[in-house]
Amino acid sequence: MVPSPAQLARPLTALRGDDRPTVGGKAASLGELTAVGVPVPAGFVVTTAAYRQVVAALGPDGALGGQIERLDPADRTGIAAVTAWVREAILATPIPADVRDAITTGYRALAGEEGRGAPVAVRSSATIEDSESASFAGLGDTYLWVQGEDAVADHVRSCWASLYSVESVSYRRHQGVPERGLAMGVVVQLMVDPRCAGVMFTRSPVTGDTSVIVIEASWGLGSALVSGDVTPDSYVVSKVTGEIVRRTVAAKLRQHQRDPAGAGVCVATVPAELRDVPCLTDAEILALAGLGRRVSEHYGAPQDIEWAITGSGAGTEAEAGQRVLLLQSRPETVWSHRPATPVAAPKARAFDHVLERLRAPGTTR
Amino acid sequence: MDSGGTTRSFTLPSAIENVPGAENWRSMYPYFTGFQPGDDQRFWFYNSMHFPEPMPAFDAITAEIPYTAIGANTTRLFVLPTTLGIEHRIVNGRVYITAIPVTDPAEIGRRAEIFSERAGYYYQNWDRLYAGWKDRIASLISEIEAITVPELPEFEDERVVMESTGVAQNHYVRENFHKCLDLYSKMWHHHTEFLMLGYGAYVVFFEFCKNAFPEISEQTVARMVAGIDVIMYRPDDELKRLAKLAVSTGLAEEFPEGCDPEAVLAALPERGEAGRAWLAAFDAVRIPWFHVSTGDGFYHHHRSWNENLAVPFAALTRYVRLVSTGESLDRPTATLLAERERIAAEYRALLATDEDRGAFDQMLGVCRLVFPYVEDHKFYCEHWFTTRFFQKIRAFGELLVRKEVLADPDDIFYLQHYEIDQALADLMLAWASGGPPLGAAHWHPVIAERKRMLDALKTWSPPPALGPVPEALNDPAVQMLWGITQDTIESWYSQSAAGDEREVRGYGASSGIVEGTARVLRDVNEIGTIRDGEILVCPVTAPSWGPVFGKIKAAVSDIGGTMSHAAIVAREYGMPAVVGTGQATKRIKTGQRVRVDGDRGVVTILG
Repeated sequence: MVPSPAQLARPLTALRGDDRPTVGGKAASLGELTAVGVPVPAGFVVTTAAYRQVVAALGPDGALGGQIERLDPADRTGIAAVTAWVREAILATPIPADVRDAITTGYRALAGEEGRGAPVAVRSSATIEDSESASFAGLGDTYLWVQGEDAVADHVRSCWASLYSVESVSYRRHQGVPERGLAMGVVVQLMVDPRCAGVMFTRSPVTGDTSVIVIEASWGLGSALVSGDVTPDSYVVSKVTGEIVRRTVAAKLRQHQRDPAGAGVCVATVPAELRDVPCLTDAEILALAGLGRRVSEHYGAPQDIEWAITGSGAGTEAEAGQRVLLLQSRPETVWSHRPATPVAAPKARAFDHVLERLRAPGTTR
Repeated sequence: MDSGGTTRSFTLPSAIENVPGAENWRSMYPYFTGFQPGDDQRFWFYNSMHFPEPMPAFDAITAEIPYTAIGANTTRLFVLPTTLGIEHRIVNGRVYITAIPVTDPAEIGRRAEIFSERAGYYYQNWDRLYAGWKDRIASLISEIEAITVPELPEFEDERVVMESTGVAQNHYVRENFHKCLDLYSKMWHHHTEFLMLGYGAYVVFFEFCKNAFPEISEQTVARMVAGIDVIMYRPDDELKRLAKLAVSTGLAEEFPEGCDPEAVLAALPERGEAGRAWLAAFDAVRIPWFHVSTGDGFYHHHRSWNENLAVPFAALTRYVRLVSTGESLDRPTATLLAERERIAAEYRALLATDEDRGAFDQMLGVCRLVFPYVEDHKFYCEHWFTTRFFQKIRAFGELLVRKEVLADPDDIFYLQHYEIDQALADLMLAWASGGPPLGAAHWHPVIAERKRMLDALKTWSPPPALGPVPEALNDPAVQMLWGITQDTIESWYSQSAAGDEREVRGYGASSGIVEGTARVLRDVNEIGTIRDGEILVCPVTAPSWGPVFGKIKAAVSDIGGTMSHAAIVAREYGMPAVVGTGQATKRIKTGQRVRVDGDRGVVTILG
C-alpha cells in the first residue's frame, strides 16, 4: 500500500506519545510535550513509513533484520563490515519522489518567511529510542544548522543510515533488542540559536534524590555538554520549596556554536569574561525547574530533559519562561530501575528512633 | 599548623602564646579552667557561639555552672550512651570546649540500658513534665527576683531584736549572694533538663531527611519542624503592638527616629488620655517581655531591654514609621503554618516507601513535641532569669561601692565569684568590728589590671579549633546547637591550611544571594551602629536582636547551626544567612563589600 503524504510527514503538534511506532521516540515525546503546552521548537517528523519505503529497496522483508540479529555482539569486525554495507546502501538509494515531496513541503511550511535557507536541526528518532527500559541516548545522528531543501533531504537520509552505525547496532546486540519493528523517524525542527543550553534531570542523577531538579548548563549549544566538551554549571533546585539549593559554577572553556564558515557546528573558545560566570540567572533556573516539574508530573516518572534558552538573561521568571525551549524529554532509566529500599521503618514508639540513634555512635554527615 | 606529622592537627593548646599586655590572664579564672599537658592530645573547639568575647572574671561563671549542669544531665542523669559531659578550658580569656566520648562497646551497652529507661520516661510524659518544668522555672524566677541585698546600716533594724530573729544582717550578705549563685545553678539544671532529648530528636529527623533526600537543605528540614508560636518572638511582637497603638491613638510623632526613650516617656503624660493609655500598655509589656536580654545571657553587659530602652526603642520607632505608612507588621502566621504543612506533606509524598512515610511521621512528630521546649526555654532561662540574676549581682556591686570597696558597681564583674566571697566577708567583718573594710587597696589594682588585660585580649583572634582533627563527632548537641559536624571541622582545617582569601565558608541557613556593606559587630552593645541595608557580621546573633533583622540585608555568624536563632529569624525575615563560618568576624572588616550566598553557605569578600 502506498502511504499518503500525510503519513510520510506529520507536524510535531499532531503527535502524542503513542505515535512512537510510526514516528520514533524523540518525535513522539516532542509531540507529547507540545500537547502539555511546553514550548518546543516548531517542526515535523519524517515518519517511519518513509524510512520503510527506502529500506524495502534493500531486500525482502525481514532479511536485513535477520542478518543483523545473527551478528555476535563481540564480533566488532563483523558488525563493522555489515553495518558499513547497510549504511552505504541506504545512502545510495534515491529518496522516493513522494517522500522527497513530503520533506520539501514540511520544510517550506516550517521555513515560512525565512524562506528556502531557513536553518533547521535534523534529528534521528528511532522507534526504540527513549523507551523506559533503555535510553539509546546519543546513538542516532543529529545535524544542526542544516539549510536548504536538498541539504535537509540528504541529512534525513543520513539519519536513516545512522540506525546502522556500529555503535547503535552493537548496543542493540548487547541489549538483545529485536530488529523486527525497528524503524527510524526523523525530526526536522527550526534551529534554535541558544545563549546557553543543557540538560535537566527531574531526579538527581548523582544521588537519586527525587525532591530536586538538577540543571546542567553551558554556553552555546547543548552538544558541548552532551559530548563532554565542557564541564557545565550545575544548579540544584528543590521541587518542594522552589529554592536553589546549590550552585556550582564551572570554568566553561569551550562552547559549540554555528560554524561561521557555513552550515554545521564548530567548537569555539569561551571569551575569558564569560568562563567563570554562571550562564543562567535565577529567574531562568526557576523557569526551567518549573517546566521540568510539569513534564515529570505529566509523565508520572522522572525525566531527563534537554533544553535551550535564548536571549539575554534579563527579566522575571515568567519572562524567562518565554525564552526557554525543550528539545527532548526521556524517562530516567538508572535510578528508576533500582528497587526502592526504605531508609527507615516505623518503630514501636516514635521516640525509639531517638533512643536508638543516641545508642549508636556514628554517622555524621 | 602541624604539617610535619602524619596526624592532622590544629594548633596545640600548649602552643598558644599569651597576648602581650595580658600575660597575667590566668589570675582571672579558677585553676580548673587551665589547659593541662594531656589536653594537647584532644580536640577542642572555641565556643564562640556562647562566648564570643574574652571572659571577665565573674562572667566565667556562665561557663562553669552551665557545664556543671549539662554534664550532670548527660553523664549521670540520663546516662547518654556515647558521650559523657563537656569539659571547658579558658585560654587568653576564650572558652574552648570538648565532649568526653564513650567508646567501649560494653560501656555503651551498660549506659544504653539506663538511658533507654530514663529518656523513654521523659518522652512518654513530655507534655506533662514540660508543664511542670514551666512552673518550676517560674518559681525560680520569683525566687531570684525576691532576693534582697542587705543595707548594712549603722544600727540593725529593731525587729531583729524585738522579734528575736537572732541573726544580724551581715550574715545575709553572704547567704543572699550564695542564694543568687545557687538559684543560677538550679536554673541551669532546669535549662539542660530536656535539652539533649530535644536536640536528639532533631538530629534523628535531620539524618533521616538527609538519607531520604540527599540534596535537601538543612533549612528546609528546619522549616518542617519549626513552630510558629515561639515565645522568643513575643518581645518583638509586643513592640509591634505598641507601635500600632501609638499610631492608632495619634501619638506617632512622639516617636521620631533616634529619639531619647526617657524624654519620650516623660512627654507622653502631657498627651492626655492617649498618652497615659499608651504608657499603661507599655508598663504592662515591660514585665516580663522587656526582661529579654540584648545578648544571650552569657555576659554581664548583656543588659535587658528594661535596662537599655534604647534597644527596643530603636525598633519601636521604626515600627511606628512603618505602621504610619500603612505597612502591616504582622507575621503571616497562618501562611507560615500552611507552608510548613505543605512542605512536610510534599516531602512525605516523595518518600519511596510506606515504611519511610511511617518513620517520617513518627520522627517529625517527636520533633514537634520537643520544639516548644527547645525554642522557649531560652526566654525563661538565658533571658528572663539571667538578666535578673546579673541585676542582683550588680546590686551587690552597689553595696561594695557604698562601702567604698569598689569604685563602680560593674567592677564586681572583674572578680571571680570566689573572690567576691572574700570581698563580702571583708564587708561583713568590717560591719561587725566597726572598722573599715580593707578591700579597696586590695581590689582596685586587681580590677584595673584586669580591665587592661581584657582590652588586650579582645585583639586576639582565637583559632576555631585546637588539637588533633577528630575522626568522628557524635555528640548531637555539638552537631545541632553549634552547627559543628565533621564537615565543619574539615572546612576549618582546610581554611587554616590554605584558604581562598576572598571566601568565608559556613552553612547556608537561609537562602538567597545579596551584596552589601558589612557591619562587623563583636559586641551586642554596638547594635545601635547598624545602618539600614547593611550586612550583619557577628560572632553569634542572639534572639533579642530580632529588631535588627528589620534593618539588615543578610546575616553572617561565626557560630550557629541550622536551628540557631540567627537561622530561624533570617528565614522568617526571608533574608540570606550564612552561619557557622568559624571566622567571619575575623576576616571581614566593617565597610567591606561582601556577597552573602545563603544557598551555598559562602560569603565572598568583594573589597
